[in-house]
Amino acid sequence: MELRSNAPDGPIQDSWDNHRFNMKLVNPSNKRKYDVIVVGSGLAGASAAATMAELGYNVKCFTFHDSPRRAHSIAAQGGINAAKNYQNDGDSIYRLFYDTVKGGDFRSREANVYRLAQISVNIIDQCAAQGVPFAREYGGMLSNRSFGGAQVSRTFYARGQTGQQLLLGAYQALSRQISLGKVEMFTKCEMMDVVLVDGQARGIVTRDLNTGEISSHAGHAVVLATGGYSTAFYLSTNAMNCNVMAAFRAHRKGAAFANPCYTQIHPTCIPVSGDHQSKLTLMSESLRNDGRVWVPKKANDTRAPGDIPEGERDYYLERKYPSFGNLAPRDISSRAAKEVCDEGRGVGPSGFGVYLDFADAIGRVGEDTIRERYGNLFDMYERITGENPYKRPMRIYPAPHYTMGGLWVDYNLMSTIDGLHVIGEANFSDHGANRLGASALMQGLADGYFVLPYTIGNYLASAKLDPVGNDHTAFAEAEAQVAARMQRLLDINGTRSVDSFHKELGRLMWEKCGMARTEAGLKEALVEIPKIRERFWKDVRVLGSGESLNQSLEKAARVADFMEFAELMCHDALDRDESCGAHFRTEHQTDDGEAKRNDEKYSYVAAWEYQGEGNAPKLHKEQLDFEYVKLAQRSYK
Amino acid sequence: MSETMKLVLNVWRQPDATTKGDFERFEIPDVSPDMSFLEMLDVLNERLTQKGQETIAFDHDCREGICGTCGIVINGVPHGPQKLTTTCQLHMRKFKDGDELWLEPWRSTAFPVIKDLVVDRSSFDRIIQAGGFISVGAGSAPDANAIPIGKEVAEQAMDAAACIGCGACVAACPNASAMLFTAAKVGHLGLLPQGQPERYERVQKMVATMDNENFGACTNHAECEASCPKGISIDFIAMMNRDLLKGAVQHPIELD
Repeated sequence: MELRSNAPDGPIQDSWDNHRFNMKLVNPSNKRKYDVIVVGSGLAGASAAATMAELGYNVKCFTFHDSPRRAHSIAAQGGINAAKNYQNDGDSIYRLFYDTVKGGDFRSREANVYRLAQISVNIIDQCAAQGVPFAREYGGMLSNRSFGGAQVSRTFYARGQTGQQLLLGAYQALSRQISLGKVEMFTKCEMMDVVLVDGQARGIVTRDLNTGEISSHAGHAVVLATGGYSTAFYLSTNAMNCNVMAAFRAHRKGAAFANPCYTQIHPTCIPVSGDHQSKLTLMSESLRNDGRVWVPKKANDTRAPGDIPEGERDYYLERKYPSFGNLAPRDISSRAAKEVCDEGRGVGPSGFGVYLDFADAIGRVGEDTIRERYGNLFDMYERITGENPYKRPMRIYPAPHYTMGGLWVDYNLMSTIDGLHVIGEANFSDHGANRLGASALMQGLADGYFVLPYTIGNYLASAKLDPVGNDHTAFAEAEAQVAARMQRLLDINGTRSVDSFHKELGRLMWEKCGMARTEAGLKEALVEIPKIRERFWKDVRVLGSGESLNQSLEKAARVADFMEFAELMCHDALDRDESCGAHFRTEHQTDDGEAKRNDEKYSYVAAWEYQGEGNAPKLHKEQLDFEYVKLAQRSYK
Repeated sequence: MSETMKLVLNVWRQPDATTKGDFERFEIPDVSPDMSFLEMLDVLNERLTQKGQETIAFDHDCREGICGTCGIVINGVPHGPQKLTTTCQLHMRKFKDGDELWLEPWRSTAFPVIKDLVVDRSSFDRIIQAGGFISVGAGSAPDANAIPIGKEVAEQAMDAAACIGCGACVAACPNASAMLFTAAKVGHLGLLPQGQPERYERVQKMVATMDNENFGACTNHAECEASCPKGISIDFIAMMNRDLLKGAVQHPIELD
């Protein structure tokens, strides 16, 4: 396996322009001769499907949801970054690029990040033109806020529903192409495998979730926009149906998986309330603009927050990071919360929580202003916890949120399988070891609206693509394998539910491969995971049939892949014998407990090649060079 | 820990669209008030699996009240008793020990039942496909600040755009009308300057599609607004009717 980044040489400011000029174009009248398959209809998938259809390609778009509008992009709350510098506060493309590389703790590819920063400005233009109702000032201009560790105000937002509004924009663009007949949309249709012919990705096999029907779809290229894998931990901020299956199926077919251990733990989520917990709810990071994070100074302090005097509170983020304070980046804030809770200073019934207190902000700007800024979030908090955050500080705790790792892609967003492109959270490329707030929406839309539609043309124009229909034997073989796998799950008829296995695996991953990792813990996990997997395949109980809607069966197939994928995460975390960004190996920290990188040895992308179930994957390295952003220890003090 | 409650659930079971359905009764002796409604169903499903009985099918995904996937009629009310709250965000502390609940799917000919509590809402997608968009291809947009939009208009558009497409409005309406859903999109786009060129064509096409999908007519019950988890106002229906009339008179289009 060869990893060629295909990042252009020359000054980084010109590299995307030059690359676009050097890429081959498909003649407008020839575009209709190409069929492109897009899997996933979130920000990346919907925007890519719509844009490629606008260009003239025939697109088939697939989602396992009942509508493309339901993809989990919809749940993003806080905002989207763009280097517009509308606030005249010193922002620029270069600064967004610099912040993103530094925020990613120097583990991303510079050329990709620079392109992302360049494109960010076009995204805002595009979305505003689509009617995305961004927040505005009284004069009619767009409003911005600062977000997640940025010292400039570059985040655009639509109340606390930015992801929803951007997704609806992309969904509407997609709907337009569906009505024009340029996109054929398949809902409740889950990708079960990718099909290769002569080493090229030429289609997919799907399962209709309502009828159980397994079908084949052929095309000239395949695009995966299937999101992240935080549900490997079972409890996460992701939607219940998020999973790694599509990406992992591609991995099994030869797509390298890059940096799977880079999983972001979001600092502001509502703490766990009991064993019944099914997911963790995110409270937008924007709350940290006005909320102050604190815990009692002494351990095991059970007094109500209002009874703890000012002098007995530890505003630990402000104390440890005076210049960034409560806005310190996600990985740093999450670890700081874990640290104080491990010291016994956590709050709430479980002891795994810290306060996010709005009393000062309410005193400064008034309750009405706070309600205007965060009303929907405060309401959501009260619905879930039964506590009123205007009167009593919120309790928050970190939770798995976003996965920076993903399928390895080159500068053209193509994986190590020819023709298989990967966009959005499903790829690994832009966020390094830690993603900054409000950058996920930016990347998903950059890939979908403005990168892939160009680069896929270059692939289609230069690859030799023989005619392949879904009657090719490769499809029949893949269909038979999918059917056999589903039948195998139904036939086990063991004693334990799919969820019970998922929870067991998730707990292990959270303990051993979560916010802090150790060599010993990871080695234990690598012993335990195969045992859980074995038990799963012997003892899982999936009732009902494969011929109608069967939610247990759907879940079983997804969890089965996590049983293998979890091992890959641990292998990667074990190999990366350093701390960087969200990957914290407790053996490697500075004197004051910050992540300590080892640039000499680990300044690479770890791209793993599948070697069969139960076998250790093979490591390939893409060396990272930093020509523009000087390698430095991150400091937010 | 708060005390647990004993609840009786009568859940609609229906294997598919063509088979007749009926209620099935379940007792849950130990519901925690801290559970969400769907977590209670998770617990019930876990127990059904243990007993070898097929689990209850219900739609859900984000469990944060934003994706619009979930929706159960609880004791006759879509999304249950708490105002401005989706089923997934409803917590059991809103119920009390001994309560008996009736769980049904959205009921409308335009939303056929797929299984148990799961319905097919693809008719909503087809309404959007009929015109619920602004025709602007990627790359052709002017600078985002080139078109100023007053805060008041932007906020009003956002009020309409907050629709999550869950379908509670249809389930609540005695006529199973989709007027609030359709009006929310017509209002969102029609209020903004970017939406003006297609404004009157859009409303006519979307309403025609809505009618073709077998949704009922609006007779001003306002049950839709009362059950909308995002609090979308029926004022948008009035706005849509005005646009529809103006469109039909001044900008009539040929409909298939």
